Amino acid sequence: MNRLSRLTSTHIVYLVVLLTVIVGTILVGSVGRSFFSTGNISDILTGTSVLGFIAIGQTLVILVGSLDLSVPYVISLSSLIAAGIMANQGANVLPGVLAALAISALIGLANGLVVSGLKVHGFIATLGMGLIISGYLATNYQGSSGQAPLSFRLIGATGLGPVPISTLIMLATAGLVLLMLNRTRVGHHIYAVGGDLGVARMSGIRTRTPIITAHVLCSVMAGLAGLLLAARLGVGSPTIGSQGGYDLLSIAAVVLGGTLLAGGKGSLVGTLGGVLIFAMLDNIMSVMQINPFLKDVVRGLVIVIAVAVYARRTVITRPPRFEKSSTTPAREVSA
Amino acid sequence: MRRSILTKVTVVAATSLLALTACTTDSSIEDPPTEDTTASAAETEPAAEETSSDEWFVQEVYDDQYEQRSATFEGDPEQPWLQYIDGEMTDTAEYAADGAQKACFANASISNPWRQTGWITMNEQLKALQDSGVISEMETRDAQDDDNTQIADIDYFIAEGNCDAFIISPNSTAAMTPAVERACETGKPVVVFDRGVETDCAVTFIHPIGGFAWGIDTAEFLSEQLEEGDKVIALRILPGVDVLEQRWAAAERIFEENGIEAVDYFTGADPTEIKDILADELATGDVQGIWMDAGDGAVAAIEAFEDAGADLPVMTGEDEMSFLRKWEETGITALAPVYSNFQWRTPLLALEKIFAGEEIPAEWILPQEPITEDERGDFLAANEGMPDGHYAKFGGEDMEGYPEVWQERQIP
Amino acid sequence: MSVSENAQGTRNEILARNRSSAGDRLLRALRTPSGGVFILLIALLIAVIAANPSFGEPGSLIRFIGRTAPIAIAAIGQYFVIVSGEFDLSMGSVVTAQVFIAGNLIGDDDARVLPVLGLMFVFGAFIGLINGLVTTLLKVPSFIVTLGMMLALLGMVLYSTGGAATGNPADSFRQIGRGGIRDVPVLEIIPYPVIIFVVTAAAALWLMRRPYGRTLIAVGDNSRAAALTGARVWWVKTRAFMLSSLSATVAGIILVGYAGVHPSVGRGYEFTAITAVVLGGVVLGGGRGWVLSAAAGAFALETLFTLLNFLGVESTWRDSVQGIIIIVAVAAAAQTWQRKRRGASSRTHEPTHPIAPPPTVGTNERGI
Repeated sequence: MNRLSRLTSTHIVYLVVLLTVIVGTILVGSVGRSFFSTGNISDILTGTSVLGFIAIGQTLVILVGSLDLSVPYVISLSSLIAAGIMANQGANVLPGVLAALAISALIGLANGLVVSGLKVHGFIATLGMGLIISGYLATNYQGSSGQAPLSFRLIGATGLGPVPISTLIMLATAGLVLLMLNRTRVGHHIYAVGGDLGVARMSGIRTRTPIITAHVLCSVMAGLAGLLLAARLGVGSPTIGSQGGYDLLSIAAVVLGGTLLAGGKGSLVGTLGGVLIFAMLDNIMSVMQINPFLKDVVRGLVIVIAVAVYARRTVITRPPRFEKSSTTPAREVSA
Repeated sequence: MRRSILTKVTVVAATSLLALTACTTDSSIEDPPTEDTTASAAETEPAAEETSSDEWFVQEVYDDQYEQRSATFEGDPEQPWLQYIDGEMTDTAEYAADGAQKACFANASISNPWRQTGWITMNEQLKALQDSGVISEMETRDAQDDDNTQIADIDYFIAEGNCDAFIISPNSTAAMTPAVERACETGKPVVVFDRGVETDCAVTFIHPIGGFAWGIDTAEFLSEQLEEGDKVIALRILPGVDVLEQRWAAAERIFEENGIEAVDYFTGADPTEIKDILADELATGDVQGIWMDAGDGAVAAIEAFEDAGADLPVMTGEDEMSFLRKWEETGITALAPVYSNFQWRTPLLALEKIFAGEEIPAEWILPQEPITEDERGDFLAANEGMPDGHYAKFGGEDMEGYPEVWQERQIP
Repeated sequence: MSVSENAQGTRNEILARNRSSAGDRLLRALRTPSGGVFILLIALLIAVIAANPSFGEPGSLIRFIGRTAPIAIAAIGQYFVIVSGEFDLSMGSVVTAQVFIAGNLIGDDDARVLPVLGLMFVFGAFIGLINGLVTTLLKVPSFIVTLGMMLALLGMVLYSTGGAATGNPADSFRQIGRGGIRDVPVLEIIPYPVIIFVVTAAAALWLMRRPYGRTLIAVGDNSRAAALTGARVWWVKTRAFMLSSLSATVAGIILVGYAGVHPSVGRGYEFTAITAVVLGGVVLGGGRGWVLSAAAGAFALETLFTLLNFLGVESTWRDSVQGIIIIVAVAAAAQTWQRKRRGASSRTHEPTHPIAPPPTVGTNERGI
């Protein structure tokens, strides 16, 4: 077995990140700009924060063997609820945030119940939920609405040097979710249920709980992304979620990060790498002033090629707890 | 092991970053929002009882645009992209500069034929100004219809662009306001065109008369041609875009006043959808008129009548070539309202004046004249060989690349 | 001789005992999700006709079938991919690409219709081939492959044409999607799309009864088991992708005729097609479902849109109604499949009804 094939997919993701940084440095340098300047790093990291939140949630639902196509609409709804309640009053920030997250969580709960209880495939359950919310948004909101107060808008506009606060919040959230996945029972059950529902059930896991948890967390993450967007835009917007195409993009980022679309195997750290790759790609293409239509061509090719790089090799994508207990290498699975 | 090393590296990197850098906040965000924005935000709150058009209808703006339709425009009618309605002027002496300057353009998108046509024209205008030594280069970032991306684009320009001037075509009105204010704070001239923002910090805001004028022109035409009780189907693209909503808000009101039954649908500009809708409508009863808020599905609408064997409707489309051609071919009674595509030339020409220190209108209102049946032949002849997605009033006839660049639709 | 005749008799008898009457079988089929969609479709049709009686006239109905044909054909294509356990998200972009090819290459020239038609089919098959090979040989999940193809293909088409097609194809070509056989008694007109749809559906039905169709379902149900029985899984799946892109091509040809050349023709087709297939009781993940149910799913979906139209539901609420109906229909189907799987083996074959005739004495002994 050669050394390359012993790399886990997460390592490969970060090798691709490194490669992107090198290519980016050269390309951005070729048009007389610096890839590592404050403005450029800030641009890249800003690009990671919104997609990052969504991809964290998407990782959870994909790990548990589902999907979430309703995120764009949850994002828009969350931004509208928050900006609507805040109505430019600093005192209303907390109620606004809580209400937006509570509604998001309820949507996630509904998704989770439909998927786990009614046995509807996540693709259809969340596609349907997305349509339901989209109808609500179109009926009740004409254009942007509400107003985020200054104190809330600061979140979207403040940075520590080149690092936006929003990115730090996103990373902190990722850390919490990582802890949950690796240290808590429900985290372990998410992997188990996604790996094999039948086996998980037979080993005494109540399979509904992890599925519902993943969906609730995913919607809450989308809600957080909506809050961040409300902070950046200063208003709520009924189309801000669909504008970014976050549903398919976040799924692509998760798979790019090495998580199996079928569920059960993958890592959150890899997902963050996937998000970073997309953000850098966008940044490089914008600096190079690539034709917007060609941008989509490049995105499409990169998604497929990058996934093809490690999809063909056998990868170990078990969380560490499985590796610790066994002296023999963990079972290798073809991704 | 690798994982823990990775973690350590991350922690070290993050800590050093925190240590090295001070806390920074984008300055414009600290300005308390003016009373103005608060008020307008309150206005757009959803109201359950009102219909959507009521919400978009602002009597004052409607009246203004009603007047502006017949206003006299200053300047040479041969160059409508430089014409404007007399009004408040901005003194630009402080921006006067020698030598070629760099422009930075934050574009909302080129995702529809109207924006694509304008973008081609703008690039030809750029070449002309580069040749005359006014503009050294124009750096463009395209937000692909995303507010969040456009905010990041503007911030990138401010931080890294070395821009001598900003041109911004906002993706949406309220959301882009803070970013435009940040651009203004750099002290460099800012030119906004097409959709507006809720601040007047820009040196000039360039736009044709507006959505209400479109609605008035079209609805009055249909009301004249039709009789009370006739049915008009309104084919709209999508809800929530101010420019489009104003068109319908005005039209719906006028139809109501004239006793015309108007039913509106959202089509997403998809001709399949348009045909389905009209097939259903024609199956249930007669339709005498078609109103559109953008013309690129107009051909499908006419074909739906042909396929159903129904009498062709009186209709309003747009100055898109496909509609003008179909209009001539079928000989229907129609009007082609215009959302002047030549406005894509104006921002760069405005920069030319700004760098020369000449005064320019604070709000640069361009002519917006519908194409009537009498003028149709001229526009068809002038635009012969152009693709169907081309717009007749693109205003690039005097430029070097004419007509190949538009015929071949060379998009940089 | 008498022994084998005897055995034959017993066999028929047992078969007859196990096999319920045709009516019974139909009823049972209707209770499966793949059958349920037909009930849903009929219910929706009745509702539409109640809301607007003129819709029930043969002339209107046949036109309705004609305009639903492209999405139904796309659903049939998507069925092949889904039943093999994969997704095809590139369908909408293939439709748009084909619309542009037809618009730009045919133009007013009648002589070019046939060669360009040929080119479009080759192009469609080629896209499917790439989707299939990258999925099966490079082991990239089809969701990602076809998502990448969706972005890259549409981007390429828009880039090379500057976002707008240059021409309206010749009338003879557009007639395929727009015209029909006129002066037919009762129906007034039989639109060509209806004929194309019927032919496609018949071909699909035939294909699913061939060994290929059986293997396809087996591959979707359990690809490892299918591989062990000697199926070339990669080629079976790749052909499914090609069928999907080819059906998108057919849909594109009809749509050029029906709607004309426009960049938004075909937008969202992949999701509509997948929704139709799932509404038809076909299970995402593969291995279950009937091909004609997928087409019926498309008709049910379109009938639903028409119903919402006729009922005057506010246009902004239509998405919500659609969302609810999709979830409810699929949930109902999922419950039925589950019940079937749990109860099937115990209920249908009681011990008193042997499934196969007992071995006849001597059949297993050579020489007698």
